[in-house]
Amino acid sequence: MLELVTISTLNGVLYGMLLFLMASGLTLIFSMMGVLNFAHASFYMLGAFFGFQISQIVGFWPAFIVAPVLVGGIGALVERYGLRNVHQHGPVAELLFTFGLYFVIEEVVQMIWGKGPVDYRVPASLDFSAFTAFSTNYPAYKMFELLTAIAIFAVLLAVLTRTRVGLIIQASLTHPHMVAMLGHNVPRVFMLVFGVGTGLAAVAGVIAGPALVTQSNMAGLLGPILFVVVVVGGLGSLSGAFLASLLIGLVQTFAVSVNLSVADVLGGIGVAPPAGGPLSDLWNVTVAQIAPIIPYLLLVLILIFRPTGLMGTREH
Amino acid sequence: MISRFSTMFCAVAATVVAALPAAAQDTVKIAYVDPLSGGGASIGEIGLKTYQYLADWTNAHGGIAGHKLEIAAYDNKLNAQETLVQVQKAIDSGIRYITQGNGSAFAAAIEEFVAKYNERNPGKEVLFFNYAAVDPILTNEKCSYWHFRWDANSDIKMTALTNYMKTRANIKKIYLINQDYSFGQSVRKEARAMLNAKRPDIEIVGDEVHPLLKVTDFSPYIAKIKASGADSVITGNWGQDIALLIKAAADAGLQVDWYTYYAGGTGGPTAIKQANLADRVFSIAEGVPNDPYEPAREFEKAFRAKVGVSLFYPRAVNEIRMFVKAADEAKSVEPTKVAAKLDGMNVTVYNGGEGFMRSDDHQFFQPMYISSFGPISKDQPFEEENTGWGWTEKGKIDTKDTMVSTTCKMNRPS
Repeated sequence: MLELVTISTLNGVLYGMLLFLMASGLTLIFSMMGVLNFAHASFYMLGAFFGFQISQIVGFWPAFIVAPVLVGGIGALVERYGLRNVHQHGPVAELLFTFGLYFVIEEVVQMIWGKGPVDYRVPASLDFSAFTAFSTNYPAYKMFELLTAIAIFAVLLAVLTRTRVGLIIQASLTHPHMVAMLGHNVPRVFMLVFGVGTGLAAVAGVIAGPALVTQSNMAGLLGPILFVVVVVGGLGSLSGAFLASLLIGLVQTFAVSVNLSVADVLGGIGVAPPAGGPLSDLWNVTVAQIAPIIPYLLLVLILIFRPTGLMGTREH
Repeated sequence: MISRFSTMFCAVAATVVAALPAAAQDTVKIAYVDPLSGGGASIGEIGLKTYQYLADWTNAHGGIAGHKLEIAAYDNKLNAQETLVQVQKAIDSGIRYITQGNGSAFAAAIEEFVAKYNERNPGKEVLFFNYAAVDPILTNEKCSYWHFRWDANSDIKMTALTNYMKTRANIKKIYLINQDYSFGQSVRKEARAMLNAKRPDIEIVGDEVHPLLKVTDFSPYIAKIKASGADSVITGNWGQDIALLIKAAADAGLQVDWYTYYAGGTGGPTAIKQANLADRVFSIAEGVPNDPYEPAREFEKAFRAKVGVSLFYPRAVNEIRMFVKAADEAKSVEPTKVAAKLDGMNVTVYNGGEGFMRSDDHQFFQPMYISSFGPISKDQPFEEENTGWGWTEKGKIDTKDTMVSTTCKMNRPS
C-alpha cells in the first residue's frame, strides 16, 4: 500500500508539473488578454516536434534550449501579426482565431512529420534509473522532468513578484489602461507574455515528447485538461495554476488506483444495490474507470460553487 | 458549328464510355478502412503497407482473375461515424471490397452497414474482409454472410493462451488489463471464465480497463499492477496501448510474465528488450517468423526487404491469397460469386498446415502458435526492431483444437 501511494504520488506530481508548464503560460495569456487560447497545446506539440527534429541533428541538450526559443518566437509572431489585428473585432473573433490556429498547426505538423508517432527517444545521458523505491525503478529522465518544471516555477514566480518586468505584467493584468498611461508599451508586454507562454508550453513539449508519444494528436489529448487547470486554479493566478496542476495530476493518478464502485460503497454500509437491470453497469463502474473524466467533473463543480477558482481574485 | 460541336461531344462521350468499363475491368480495388491518423495511426500505416505489398505481390504473380489488384486507403480516424462515412465514400467510388481490422466496434458498424446495403442494392453487393477485429460477436450474434474473418477470434486466442497457461505451474496471481470497449471487455470476461475452469487455483488479483488508445503514460497502472503482487498479466491491448504499457513496465522495472495478443506490434519488441524480459512475454498468433517453414520464411524475408518492417499480419496474406483463389475459381471478381467460393474454402495457410473458412459463421480456422520473445539462436534468422531478439515458438495448437462453437444463424442469399 505504502509503495502504491509513494509511486502514485511521484507519478501524480510529475504529471501535474507537466500540466503546470503549459498552464502557466495559458493562464497569464487568458487573464491578460481575455483570450482563451485554444491553440496553446498546439505550441506544446510544436515544441515536441521541434525538439525531436533538432535533437536528430545536434542532440537533445541544444534542442532543449533552441526548440522553446523557436516556438516562443513563433508565438510572439502569431500575437504580433495575428491576434493583435483580430483583437479589435472582440473576444469571439479571437477565440475563433485560436480555434482555427489549432487545426492549422495540427495539419502542418501532419504534413511535415506524418500522422504516426516519430521516434523521439530519451537522451542516452539520462537513460538510467535514478533511484529505486520499493523495488520500483524511477527513471532519471522523469526526475529531470520534475526538476525542470520546479525550476521554471521558481524562476517564473521570482520574475513576476520580484522584478520590474513582473511588476508591469501584474499591473497590465488588472489595469492595462493605467499602465499604458504611465508610458509603458502594453501591446509589447502582451507580445512578450504570449511568446514566453508559448515557449513554456514548448519546454513541456520537448521534455514530454520522449516520455510520452510524439505524434500529431498530442495537442488534442492534453488541450482540454489545460482549461480545467486554468479555471480550477483561478484566472491569472500563477500559484493557483501550480496548485491546480498538482491537484489534477494527483487526482488522475490516484483515481486510477482506486477500485471502489458505487456498489462497493453501498455494500459497505449494508445496502445491496439492485442486481441486474439497466442501471447495473452504473453501480459497478469503478473510480479507476472514470478516472479520465474526474477533472472535468471538478471543472463543472468549481464553476458552480467557486467561479473565481481556488486562488483567483477576479470575477468574470 | 453544330456539327463540329456534336462530333466533339460524340468523341468525348465515346472516350468516356470506352474508358469506364476498361478501367472497371482492369483493376479490382480493395478499400482499406483503418486509422491513418491519431492514436491508431502507427498500426494503421503498417497494415496499409502490408496490403500494398500484397497487391504488388499479387500483380507480379498473375493478378486476380485477369485483373490488377489495387488498394485504396481510407482513414476512419478510429471513429464509428467516420468509418461509415469512409465506407460509403469507397462504395460511391465503385469499390466493392472493404477490408478493416483495427477495432471490433468499427468492424461491427461496417458489418451491419454492408448487410443493409446489400439487402437494398441487389446486384451491387459489397464484401467485408475482416483481418483483425476479433470480438466473437462478429461471427456469432451479429454474423453476416457478407463478412469474412481471417483472424482467430478472441475466444479462440484465449482458449489457446489458457491451454498453455494451464501448464505453467509458476502462475499464481494474474492481473487483467484491457482496453475499455467491446473487444477488451470480451477478453476480460473470457479470461476469467477460462482460468476459472482450467486453473481454479489461480487468483485474479486485478481486472482493469482503460480508455482505448488515449493513455499516454501507463505508470499509474503499472504501479497498481506492482502493488497487487501479480506474477503474470493478461492483456488484449494493441497498437500504442501495448507498446506504452510494456514501456512503462520497463521504466518501473516491473518483472512479470505477459500473456498478450499483440505484443509483436510496433514498439512492443523494443520495450520488451529494454525491460530485459527475456522469454517472459508471450504472444498468440497465426504465424511465427522463425518457424522452420521455408515458404513463409522466404515471404517474410522478401517482405522485410521491401517494406522495412516485420510481417505483422500473416492473416492478411491468407486473406489476399484466398480472395485471388476464389476469384480465379469463379472466373469473376463479382462479389457474390467470390463470396460463394470463399464460403467453406479449404487452403494451405501461410505458415503451413490446413485452414478453412467455416461456412456456418465465416470464421477462418487455422493452426495457432504461442511464442515468446527473447534471444535467438543461429538458425533463427529473424530479429525484431533491431533488438537482436526474436520470437520463438513455444506451442502449436492444431486447427481442429481451435474450433469453437458458434451461435450464428446465417442469412444466406437465395
